[in-house]
This record gives sequence, C-alpha cells and structure tokens, in this order.
Amino acid sequence: MGFLHRHRNLTPYLLLGPGLLYLAIFFVVPLGFLAYQSLESGNFDVGYSFTWAWGNYWDAIQNYRGHFIRSLEYAGIATILALVFAYPLAYWIAFRGGRWKNLLLLFIVAPFFVTYLIRTLAWETILADQGPVVSVLRDVGILGHDGRLLATSTAVVAGITYNFFPFMALPLYVSLEQIDERLIEAAQDLYASKWKAFLRITLPLSLPGVVAGTLLTFIPAAGDFINAQLLGSPQNHMIGNVIQSKFLELTDYPAAAAMSFVLMAAILLMVAIYARAVGTEKLTG
Amino acid sequence: MTDALNRRELLRRAAAGGAFLTVPGVLAACGGSSNKSAGATSGESKTLAKTLRFSNWTLYIDVNEKTKSHPTLDAFKKKTGTTVQYTEDINDNASYFGKIQGPLSRGQSIDRDIIVMTDNSRYPSLLIKKGWLEKLDKSAIPNIANLEPALQHPNWDPNRDYSLPWQSGMTGIAYNDKLTDPVLSMDDLLDNPKLKGKITLLNEMGDTLALVMLANGDDPAHVTDATFDKAIKRIKGAVDSGQVRQFTGNDYSGPLSKGDLSACMAWSGDVVQLQADNKHLHWNLPDTGGDIWTDNMLIPKGGNVYTASVYMNYVFDPKVAALIEDYVNYICPVKGAKAALQKIDPAVAKNTLIFPTQKMLDNVHIFDAAALNNQKYLTTWQNLISG
Repeated sequence: MGFLHRHRNLTPYLLLGPGLLYLAIFFVVPLGFLAYQSLESGNFDVGYSFTWAWGNYWDAIQNYRGHFIRSLEYAGIATILALVFAYPLAYWIAFRGGRWKNLLLLFIVAPFFVTYLIRTLAWETILADQGPVVSVLRDVGILGHDGRLLATSTAVVAGITYNFFPFMALPLYVSLEQIDERLIEAAQDLYASKWKAFLRITLPLSLPGVVAGTLLTFIPAAGDFINAQLLGSPQNHMIGNVIQSKFLELTDYPAAAAMSFVLMAAILLMVAIYARAVGTEKLTG
Repeated sequence: MTDALNRRELLRRAAAGGAFLTVPGVLAACGGSSNKSAGATSGESKTLAKTLRFSNWTLYIDVNEKTKSHPTLDAFKKKTGTTVQYTEDINDNASYFGKIQGPLSRGQSIDRDIIVMTDNSRYPSLLIKKGWLEKLDKSAIPNIANLEPALQHPNWDPNRDYSLPWQSGMTGIAYNDKLTDPVLSMDDLLDNPKLKGKITLLNEMGDTLALVMLANGDDPAHVTDATFDKAIKRIKGAVDSGQVRQFTGNDYSGPLSKGDLSACMAWSGDVVQLQADNKHLHWNLPDTGGDIWTDNMLIPKGGNVYTASVYMNYVFDPKVAALIEDYVNYICPVKGAKAALQKIDPAVAKNTLIFPTQKMLDNVHIFDAAALNNQKYLTTWQNLISG
C-alpha cells in the first residue's frame, strides 16, 4: 500500500498491465510471427526459409484482387443492410420497449446461443431450392421459374447480414438508450417536426453507436469465409476462403500470411477513410 | 515393465498436452527443436499397452445403436486386455493434417497410435516422406495375408511398410430419378443443359480430376501437364457456364437427398446410407470409368507400434472385418469378409456398392500419387474451386 502511495503515478500503468500483457502475448507476438512468415519462401516439402520475399505480397494482390474487392463489397453491403434493419429495431426497443426491453434484447442475442456453423447451415435449409422462401419468391415472380437463392451472392450477403446482425443492433441500442428524451421534447417544443427532431437530435446523438456497430460488423465480415463456403458458389468465394485453402489445403503458409496482411491493410484503410468522413471524435463517442 | 511404460506414457502425454496448448501457426515458425518424446515409445517392446489411441472418421466403425458402444472394440479388449480409446475427430484430410503437422514437425507425439488418412489426398505419402510415420510390426500382423491383392502395392507405399487399408470407396455419379433421367456419364453431368446449376463436383482434386480425365480419354494414373490442363479447362468451362453449383465434401448429401441437386459426384458408401432414406437415389460408375481410393491406417511417430499392429491384425480377421463392414457400407479390403458376412447379413453381402463386381473393379482407377503432390497442380486446383 505504501509503495503505491509513494508512486501514485504508477497506478495507471499497473491497471493497464494485464491488458497490455495479454495483447502483447496473444496479438503482437503472433502478428510478428505472421509478418515473418509472410516474407518466407520455399515449399512445405523442403521447408520454408526467411528471404525477404516481398513477392508474396505482390502475388497476393495480383492474383486475388477480385477476391479482395468481392470481400469488401459483400461486407459493405451486409453492413449497410444490417444498419438499415437494426436501426429501427434498436430505436423501437430503446424508446418504446418499456418493461419488455430486456426480453427483446434477449431475442436479438438468442441466435448466438447456437454455434456459428449450425446457424449458417440452417440458412442452407431456409434458402433451399425446395424450401418455402424460394417457392414464395418464385410464385410472386421475383425469382424465375428455375431461379434459386443458394449458391448465389444474395445468399452469401444474406447469411453475413444475419450472422453479424447483433453486433450492429446492440451498440445502436446502447447509444439510443442513453439519449435524454427531454432533448427531443425540447426540439418539438421549439417547433421542430418529428422528422426534423430525429435528424437534428436523435441521429447525431446515436452516431457513436452507428460507428461502433458498422465497424464491429464490417471488420469480421470482410474476413469471413463460412458464409461463402456454405451458401455461395465458387464465383462467390471471398478472400477468407482463399486464405483458408492456402493455409490448410496447400500448406502454403507464406502466401496465406501475406494475404492476411493485405486484408488487414485493406480493412484499416477503409476504416481510416470512414473515420475521417464521420469524424474521429464519433468513434469514441 | 508396466511401471516404466506408465511413466513413459505420462511423459508423452505431458509433451502432447503442451503441444495442444500452443498456437500451431506461432510455433511452426520456430520449427524443429526437441526430439525427445517421439520415438521414445517406438522401441522394440512386444508388450501390449493398456490403451490404444485410435483416431478415425465419423461413422466409420460398427456401433451398437442401443448402448452406443463399438462391439468389435469391446471384443478386442476382451481378447487382449487393451482398451481402445476411439475418437472420431477426422473430418477431412487437409484439416486433420493441419492439426497434427505442428507437433509432428517439432518431434512431438500427437497422442495417437493409429490415424486414418485417404490415399487420394497427398497426405499419406507426405507423412512417409517427412518421416512422421512408424513402420508396421509385420511380425504381429500375420493376417496381412488377407489383404485384397489389388491393394497390396500402392505406388506411395509399395510394400505396405507404413500402412494398411481400413476401407476403400469408389467415386462415381449419384442422381435422383425424380428430377432427371439417369445420369451415367461425365459428359452428361458437365454438359447437359437440363442439369444447369443442379450438380456439384467434389473438392478433392484426385476425385474430380480422375473422372474428368477418364471422360476426356486420358489416363488418371499418369497425369501430364497436357492432360491436367485439358481437364482443368473442361471443369472451368462448366463452372463459368453455371453448370456447377458448388464443390463439396460429404456435404453434398443434404442437398442431394432433399432434391436441391439432380445429380452430383458422390462416394459409393455415402449413397448406400442415403438410399435407406430416399429410394430415388442411384449411384453408378460413369461409363468412362470411376475412381477408387483407400483410407489407410497409419502409425504416427511416437505411437505404440506393437499395440497398433496387433489391432491391425485383429481387424484383418475376416470375421471381425465382416462385423465392421455390416455397419460401415464401404468397400472392405479384407479377403474372406464377404463369405463371413453372407452368414450374418446376406443383403449387405449382395450389395455391389459394398462388394463390387469384377466388372466394376475393372472400371475403376487410382489417381496418380505424384500429381497429388505437385504443388503447381494443387494451386491451380484450389484457385479453380475457390472462384
């Protein structure tokens, strides 16, 4: 106790310590190994050796540009869809949920009690050619007589949207729930229409939730491969599928590592542009 | 003796436990160091271990539906006193290899005495080449004489020094007679416009390439750059035109039995099991020929060679093989199993997908093992199946 008292300025570091140590061991060190591996050359049979093989990065970008773009595109569409669906839902729960709030939130989280893989496999059944969704869409003429959803980009984006939906809905709810309703009343007292009050008061105050939700959805979605694997055709495969096959099927670790870094860089770049556009202070609320 | 064995066992487990705790990718980078545990137990000991640790694929051994036990394993314990610790943790060759290659490359035991891998993947030959397998103790396996002649000399292990077959299977075409006319050729599967978007191919390179090459009139046992490119071009054409819906592993079975697929490339044993629920499913070798592959029992470095060999000898007893076969429904590698099965389950003994006719066996081919290990081919293939 006396020690801490004398070195009061050490306290923040001691509090940060466990977290930093954890990050150092489980994030920085593996990342360093990954970086090292991404610059190796050779093959699995004779072994890999470190040769500053920057070519791995060039190959990754050159050969798999389509997959990178597709991943960012699918993740982007899924994020926007999740936002459009989740915002009204979170709004309604936050302002109109009343005593049912907790139960309604539980419904949003409920699918998470089932494993990711099983949830995605369930979508395989929901969207099956002989299933109810496809037959309704065929009847109303949205899908052609022989149309299908499985093994299309629609199915992949739908799967991603569904699987990451709670990551969007929960931060939105938290930021909407904190809004002081008297501010909205005040706006209306000052002759703002309901719509205008929403645009000028509610929406800006909920932006931290929007930013947190979009990031939490977009980042993992861009690296996802399960949805493309199970719900897509080869034409819908994302960069995650390529990394997975390089790592497991081809045991080509340097290529897989280089691609992981390119993906990381692409995501960081997108996030940086996004943060700049909305303003960094919104990131932290 | 048992004391020493237990202590060694303990050491080995500790080593393996440590291996499982680490992130394989991390340690792969700081490769082979200690060589302590592997080989430590592989010595000349002719004493049976108390437990035999056996990793196999799911649904690949006899099961008593009531007690959920495995009768042939219980009988083995009764006979030898060795308990088989049976784990169904192999789902596909690549992932399993990914799991075990970390410890093996560091010279650590993977805590298994027998594992099972398929010879139409590159992994059995790769394991031998890397020196990560123990040789069988053939003096403990007199029943090796019961091995089907066709399986005695695979080119990746010509004298069966490291491997013995567990089951074989054929790759062919399955179709649903409610949705399509019979699909009996690869030409039909790949080109018939009526099947557009209603078929799948297999994601194992050896399976799909073998059948397509045969349809092209080429020999899948000797792959050349020209025949490889020709086959790839043909498959790519079918993918780009939208004919091929997906490349699958076992997961074609759901869509096939539900009717989302009219036809697909499929493994014989799977279809035997699916037919039990859906009478409209049929399986045939393509007119131009099919593919045969074998799942092999292997002893990873550090496994107990003697105990594993005694177990292999046990399953090569036709009577035991018949009991396993009655449940598994793939192709049995043991001579005499058919005769033994005739007595306990004549219907299964008659099924040509389980005991193929000579005509069928003449029409199946083994895919080139060298091509399976060709990195260029593998990369081309992976690029094809992931768009």
